[in-house]
Amino acid sequence: MTDILGLGLLELKKLIEEKKISYKEVFDYFIARIKKHNPKLNAYITVCDKQNEDKLPIAVKDNFCTKGIRTTAASKVLDNFVPNYNAEVIDRLLANNFSILGKTNMDAWAHGSSTETSDYGPTKNPWNLDHIPGGSSGGSGAVVSAYLAPAAIGSETAGSIRQPAGWCGVIGFKPTYGRISRFGLIAMASSFDCPGPMTLNVQDAAYLLGVLSGQDKKDATTVEKPPELYFEKLAEGKKLVIGIPEEYFDNIQKETAQNFEKSKQVFNKLGFKFKKIKLISPEYAISVYTIIQRAEVASNLSRFDGIRFGNTRDRFGFEAKKRIMLGNFVLSAGYYSAFYQQAQKLRQEIKADFARVFSEVDLILAPVVPSTALKLGEFEKYPFFGELIDKFNEPAAIAGLPAVSFPTGFDNKKLPTSLQLIGNYLDELRLLQTLYKFQQETNYFDVIKLGVEKWK
Amino acid sequence: MEVSINGKKYRLVLGFEIHLELSTKSKMFCRCSAEWFGKEPNTTVCPICLGFPGTLPYPNKKAIEYTYKIAYALNCNINSEFYFDRKHYFYPDLPKGYQITQWNKPIGFSGSLELISGKKIKITRVHLEEDTGKLIHKQGKTLVDYNRAGVPLVEIVTEPDFDNLDDGKEFLENLQLIFRRIKVSTADMEKGSMRLEPNMSLAEVKPDGNIDLPDYKVELKNINSFRYAKKAVEYEIERQTKLIKNGKRPIQETRGYNEDKGITVSQRKKEEALDYRYFPEPDIPPIKFDKKELKKIKKTLPELPIQQARRFIKEYFLSKDQAIILTKKENFGKLFEETIKELQQRNKGLNQETIKQIANLIINSRTSLKNKNDVLKMLDDTQKKVNFDKNKISATVKQVLSENQQAVADYKNGKESAIMFLVGQSMRKLKGQAPAEKIKELLISEINKAQ
Repeated sequence: MTDILGLGLLELKKLIEEKKISYKEVFDYFIARIKKHNPKLNAYITVCDKQNEDKLPIAVKDNFCTKGIRTTAASKVLDNFVPNYNAEVIDRLLANNFSILGKTNMDAWAHGSSTETSDYGPTKNPWNLDHIPGGSSGGSGAVVSAYLAPAAIGSETAGSIRQPAGWCGVIGFKPTYGRISRFGLIAMASSFDCPGPMTLNVQDAAYLLGVLSGQDKKDATTVEKPPELYFEKLAEGKKLVIGIPEEYFDNIQKETAQNFEKSKQVFNKLGFKFKKIKLISPEYAISVYTIIQRAEVASNLSRFDGIRFGNTRDRFGFEAKKRIMLGNFVLSAGYYSAFYQQAQKLRQEIKADFARVFSEVDLILAPVVPSTALKLGEFEKYPFFGELIDKFNEPAAIAGLPAVSFPTGFDNKKLPTSLQLIGNYLDELRLLQTLYKFQQETNYFDVIKLGVEKWK
Repeated sequence: MEVSINGKKYRLVLGFEIHLELSTKSKMFCRCSAEWFGKEPNTTVCPICLGFPGTLPYPNKKAIEYTYKIAYALNCNINSEFYFDRKHYFYPDLPKGYQITQWNKPIGFSGSLELISGKKIKITRVHLEEDTGKLIHKQGKTLVDYNRAGVPLVEIVTEPDFDNLDDGKEFLENLQLIFRRIKVSTADMEKGSMRLEPNMSLAEVKPDGNIDLPDYKVELKNINSFRYAKKAVEYEIERQTKLIKNGKRPIQETRGYNEDKGITVSQRKKEEALDYRYFPEPDIPPIKFDKKELKKIKKTLPELPIQQARRFIKEYFLSKDQAIILTKKENFGKLFEETIKELQQRNKGLNQETIKQIANLIINSRTSLKNKNDVLKMLDDTQKKVNFDKNKISATVKQVLSENQQAVADYKNGKESAIMFLVGQSMRKLKGQAPAEKIKELLISEINKAQ
């Protein structure tokens, strides 16, 4: 059998089409790797080890409902919940010749940025098992990084795709809010939630985005405008003006800053222009995001009242309980106008702020996370761990903008550093085209390649 | 309606909250059938109306159009752009733990509806929401039927503008007629597609004859007929009168009507009021109807029963009762006007007497008269009967009396039924071409004359 280690989705597809390898061989290959490596990583909650059809395997975060396959959102509340319907994302994957390889681990209900709040135990960072993969799509990040799947689907409320992609050293793409249907994605915070691909290269991200995007008559918040030909037009695109927001560089780790400079030079060499921009400080985004997200969380979790789905409410973990309490507090009579309404006003300000900046620049380049992957258990030291660690992710999530995170090198502990490109509303194509040029030039300084090879 | 308590006058202050299930094909936020009544429990459900994880609401446009229709029918101001809100509370029949409803931006607001007397009842708001499931208590267990969950439901709230129950009854019956006339709901009380919640209090009448709204109101629930609405309010008037008489003040609360016992029972007091934690529904973006769409909806509104009744009184000088009954059924009013128009065209004598006759014919026929020709024929027959030769009747009666001496004697001796025998004999000779009442009258007067 041809050695397929580290091959992306489209590369595998090509080999299969050329009959150099069979669907079955690919499927068996990944199942064997999962059996061998997953016990160390704990990146899957459920593995679908029976191959039914000749389709390309893909991993999916366990908050996407899968017909006939247990879907837990990593909470014991849904320990034995087997949906009789598919998320729209799943339906589109199945219709485009993909099969579900497994359901990946995550923070319970997507509440967290470390995958440690999972009721099924934390996922470990493939680069160093003492470290966390980030979250909440930590399982999806880890399975791509360690090549326990050729690609994965994650979901992001504010950073849950970009941050684990950054810490695991893979590509994480968060599209515009409403570009991909949320139907069947177990809601965290409805006005932020976005499904998105996590991949080994930008071609796969563009391809999956094309498969998943488009209006859905089951999700009233999906965008009417048809998607662009992301994959087909990947190699096109002009040299653009990239904005650098000075507010995004406070207290960031030395190597992240150094690798930012290195990447900036690459873009410079590729002919991109840079411009300093000013954005509302991400510090405000933390408050806005925390208030609105908690309110929506409390509301969304109220359906788990113990009457249906088998398990009672005492199965909720500590983090979910905290969020329910705070969310109900900010919505309660007398506090609503002081918290929720103020946060909504500021949310509009943040949106307007981005709109202003995007009249001056085409894209924004900034760090994804202030540091590389932290050690297991660190999050317990901070009551708002996720919100703080994701402060560079929250502004774009609040504004519903597309963004992609990608590896830029390593820190001195050999953990991946990362950056993100943020685009204007529905400007996914130019994000992908820009990243494609960067990939052609750098291959992400071999971070993704070295990550896979670590797990031979 | 006023009551005198300890020498002071108190006036009834009454308002209503009305819930109406719309007769759309599908539910409000999913494509399940909205026809739930009488169906096997939990058969008109899907993951969406059951609130399963990850499912999302997708609004039913028809239901929104119907709500606009109702708002227009009730002369409301319109929010051409609106959004839904989430209202949170826990109850087993509420699958998501919140109800999708409208809080800050109802589809209609500040409307009014006139009573036949001309009195205007102010409509506070008209908004669209989703119905809940139903609890079934059976053999000591409680079961949940979610068939009704997600059926489009319109809530109409009035100002406390009623001071008597008759106006209230007229208003509610008129509302029901309107809902049926504009074809947005079956408005069947017994099937729960129209539900009433009166709210009431007693206000002290000031020396100038006015009142200030009391600082409490009692909301009444579990009412499924006009009759029970009346009974529940009457019971409350009595209960609150007693409280005031004994120097106590009624309190703000929600009370349920128990139709078996004919009493109301406290369900929830003010201090137990829920905090619903409303906030805009993030799963449904704001919805906007442009002027053209709204105009189109408004155009579909027919003349409403009360408008029609008022017009009939004005144009045809019908009595109030006649006009109300005639406009209750859509085809009655139509038939009435078609017939009159036909007669006008034929240029036949159309006097007030004839107009009233036509109205009465249609009312009394119930549904047997299908078109204007039926009405005209019936009108002809009636008028013939009225003009039937009185002399011929009189002669026939005399003949019958002389031919049936025994029956006359029996009647004279107190056998009341003998008269009916004589009526029958006369009718036979007249081939039914005369009213029995008239014959009976004549027979009796002839017998008495002979004495």
